[in-house]
Amino acid sequence: MFSQEVQAELGALLGHYPKPIAAMVPVLQVVQREQGWLSPESQAWVAEFLSVTPLDVSEVVTFYPMLYDQPHGRHVIHVCRTLSCDMCGAKELWKHLTTTLGVERNATTNDGKFTLRSAECLASCGTAPVLLLDGERHENLTHDQVDRLLEAAS
Amino acid sequence: MITQASVISARFGKPDSCSLAGYRADGGYAVFLDALKTKQPADLVATVKESGLRGRGGAGFSTGMKWSFVPKGTQKPIYLCVNGDESEPGTFKDRQILELDPHQLLEGVALTCYAIGSHVCYVYLRCEFAEGIRKVQAAIDEAYAAGLFGKDIDGSGFDLEVYIATGAGAYICGEETSLLNSIEGVRPYPRNKPPFPAVEGLFGCPTIINNVETIANIPHIVKNGAAWHAALGSKDDPGTRLWCVSGHVNKPGVFEIETGFSLQELIDGPCGGIRNGGLLKAVIPGGSSSRVLTVDEVARAKMDATSMREIGSSLGSAGIIVLDETTDMVDAVLNLMKFYAHESCGQCTPCREGTPWVVKVLERLMSGEGRASDMDLLLDIADNMEGRTVCALADGACWPLISIIEKFRHEFEAKLRAPATPVSA
Repeated sequence: MFSQEVQAELGALLGHYPKPIAAMVPVLQVVQREQGWLSPESQAWVAEFLSVTPLDVSEVVTFYPMLYDQPHGRHVIHVCRTLSCDMCGAKELWKHLTTTLGVERNATTNDGKFTLRSAECLASCGTAPVLLLDGERHENLTHDQVDRLLEAAS
Repeated sequence: MITQASVISARFGKPDSCSLAGYRADGGYAVFLDALKTKQPADLVATVKESGLRGRGGAGFSTGMKWSFVPKGTQKPIYLCVNGDESEPGTFKDRQILELDPHQLLEGVALTCYAIGSHVCYVYLRCEFAEGIRKVQAAIDEAYAAGLFGKDIDGSGFDLEVYIATGAGAYICGEETSLLNSIEGVRPYPRNKPPFPAVEGLFGCPTIINNVETIANIPHIVKNGAAWHAALGSKDDPGTRLWCVSGHVNKPGVFEIETGFSLQELIDGPCGGIRNGGLLKAVIPGGSSSRVLTVDEVARAKMDATSMREIGSSLGSAGIIVLDETTDMVDAVLNLMKFYAHESCGQCTPCREGTPWVVKVLERLMSGEGRASDMDLLLDIADNMEGRTVCALADGACWPLISIIEKFRHEFEAKLRAPATPVSA
């Protein structure tokens, strides 16, 4: 299912803990990084890899917003919606992104390129508004900067 | 006049602030290596206890006291977990340490593990901190390569393994027992206490959980002594803290200042006053879970634990959110309540059902369909949440809600006569 390199990375994670189940979140993150989301098949694979039940995996996957049990676009945008950002430009940023991408919040563009999601406080309140593009933080955003980020994403 | 301090943030601006070479050029790890040779673990616990250091994560418990709760002579492994889940709205200080001086944190980890008799540390970082995770992992790798971590460090016989554990976007994992379940790979519901983690924590073993900034203080305290730290700032809550200011100020950011200063002077001085020359309306002083302060209270507020308790709020995680006169307080509290409704883990009924119910009632007020009884309804829901759950998330939702209704009730009443108003993100 995975390259030898990824298998070695997953194996190393097991060594960080006294029991395999504790590697659950980091293993799921590696699988998601490789496959874009955590399909039922991937979750079953993780269950076997960690010697736990599929339900053990599902209980964790369904809990965390940053673990995806649905397919996402090739690029995922998380826009902070919490108070400091909201007071300092996030309302306008939301409007700009939904208009530019033509999708509502928590939806994927028709071409499958972008998924636009809201995030709770990203701990960058002093540099609002803030978003993550494919996990990387961008701060103090103007609409021009956002347009350039979207263009640069291939 | 506010004087900014330079202890934790001393190396933040340096070009080589993240590398081991840069850290050692500034004397880094000398405190740890010296402690291995010359100090007993019990000495370090005593020093930290005498320093008066309180946890920087929000609850403000004595760090040395917490360390001393590890059972003496336990046969089980002892764990240190560093809480870098920083997710409390308004708080962005730990991220600075992770991204700008990771070795400072790791030397604190090494000293803390030596003090409490731990040989394994998990540094728990929220996965949204991609840069912080890269920087800390690089620093861990450097420390291993230099023989500062691993087996028999510097011939002392002391072993230490340090791993990063990552979260996946859940605020609740900053609650210390939820963090433990997150590391254990199970659904991260908070645990009932007792047993306290110092006795029965990670994998059922004695565990100390300390905030990133707390741990970053340790090398400075061990180096300069308990008396040095105890003399910084306010007597009963000493030291410097990294204060995070966001919202409607001209110069938001992180400011390191000794405790006990005037909140008003911070806003007017280093923060450059209210944006657009406007007027202050309110301040959330200690992260979104603290009780809001009015203009009059801000003018009186001294930033230490006792003074804040006296005016009915708390320093929490030192996340200061400044709200100017244009702020719609009903919309602001709705924004925060959406946060708590989203982040409630669902384990306890009052929180799982109460937080979304509060959102619904606030949305009704914003929509122009509010009822005269809605403010009392909100207070009644809060009364049925506060203190009735396993962890403090519901309390953290209730304190801003109750205080904003009590101090800005006229804004809620105005909604009863107003047409629909646009709501926050």
